Amino acid sequence: MRKSTPYLIFITVNSLILFFFLLVYPLLVAKTHNNRITEEKKLVKALGITDLCLFTEARYARHPSQSDLHAAFQDHPMALEHFPSGSLVAPPDRFKDFEP
Amino acid sequence: MSWIERQRSFLDFTLSALLRRKWKNVSLLLVYTFTVFLISSVIFFTNGLRYEAETILQDAPEMIVQRTMAGRQALVPLHYAKEIKKIRGVRQVKPRLWGYYYHPAAQANYTLMVRDDYANGEDTVEVGAGVQRTWGTIRGDHLYFRTFDGEALELRIIKTFTSSSELVTSDLIIMSEETFRRLTGIPKGFATDMAVTIRNSRESQTIAEKVSLSLPETRCILKEEILRTYTALFDWRGGYTIVLLVGAFLAFMIFAWDKATGLSAEERLEIGILKGVGWDTSDILMIKFWEGCVISLTAFLLGVSAAFIHTFMASAPLFEHALKGWATLYPAFQLNPNVDAYQLAVLFTLTVLPYSFVCLIPAWKWASSDPAVVMKQG
Repeated sequence: MRKSTPYLIFITVNSLILFFFLLVYPLLVAKTHNNRITEEKKLVKALGITDLCLFTEARYARHPSQSDLHAAFQDHPMALEHFPSGSLVAPPDRFKDFEP
Repeated sequence: MSWIERQRSFLDFTLSALLRRKWKNVSLLLVYTFTVFLISSVIFFTNGLRYEAETILQDAPEMIVQRTMAGRQALVPLHYAKEIKKIRGVRQVKPRLWGYYYHPAAQANYTLMVRDDYANGEDTVEVGAGVQRTWGTIRGDHLYFRTFDGEALELRIIKTFTSSSELVTSDLIIMSEETFRRLTGIPKGFATDMAVTIRNSRESQTIAEKVSLSLPETRCILKEEILRTYTALFDWRGGYTIVLLVGAFLAFMIFAWDKATGLSAEERLEIGILKGVGWDTSDILMIKFWEGCVISLTAFLLGVSAAFIHTFMASAPLFEHALKGWATLYPAFQLNPNVDAYQLAVLFTLTVLPYSFVCLIPAWKWASSDPAVVMKQG
């Protein structure tokens, strides 16, 4: 057997698996995800939720959209950010043009 | 010989050459696959989270009015609601009561919230699945709190939100207004902030300006700003994504640079022999192109498939620590598996094409030299 035959079979099978993941799998789980999103949207509306529950270690990381202008200096005026998620969460856009 | 047959013969030859240096190429393939996996996972994960935020937070309050005092958020007097309601275009003003509760046993921060229509009594709470999972002193269905003045407060869990909604409810503790005030000490007549409903969302900016004029110590946060915060957070140019992507890209650049800067003595000798037996420079370049394609295409297919499984089927455990930081509470969530053609094209362009072409540079240099010189130097 030529060496390219098993390789081409391998590439075809892998491409089909990727095709399944990208196009078929989303359709199979669409109903579950749509139900989940509908439920979450209902809760957001009923409770007036403004942020996703991703970073729970500090209040300005838990609710980045509600954080105040001095979040990074909240302990004292020279205090820099010390929570790990603070190095990942960029300040909201509206603060970038802020001039004191 | 047809064009396809000719290319297959090149592929046969390339595979034989790759198998002669089996372990070197297998390790190369593993490193390459891992790099593609990391880059793809970051792109899938951040796009997935951005999609969730944009979809779920569509129903967030149109405007939040906060009061600031000495640069910090302060409690809002309830009579502010009447002032805001007077502004034309405002449909409804709802005071919101919410805050945080640090529980020393779990060493975690929880979000306390009041629901207006909470009708389960004052000694009960509704909690997110993350609260039940992490609350250290849970006894049956009872949670023990310490109120602001040091009193013990026992509340019964009457409902736990489904684990599928953890992305918004994981750390939530919902209670009645009376219980919230008893626990936090927020006096009657004050709220945390105000949620404003606007008749025409296009007027929200004007209404925010009017609120700021009427109540100068307030700060308005519009829904568009909330959504923009998450778009910026998970944008590929900033925040979370750039931190993760920079590491992966640097690894890839070092890897591609190493490949581009030279061929091994064995590979140079091979090129010299092929030239010596009559192969054209274009044939040698074609073999090197196929070599790059075989490695990069295999790594792309394996890396992207593994990243898809990691992100959308296994809840991205590799990123859990990055998101968690020092927190002990982390929501268990499954992202909607949305990968568009643009993301895939970007991944392909960033990972397959550069490597395939980078392989040609040293090969071209040696293939265009005199075969005798190449063999002597090889």
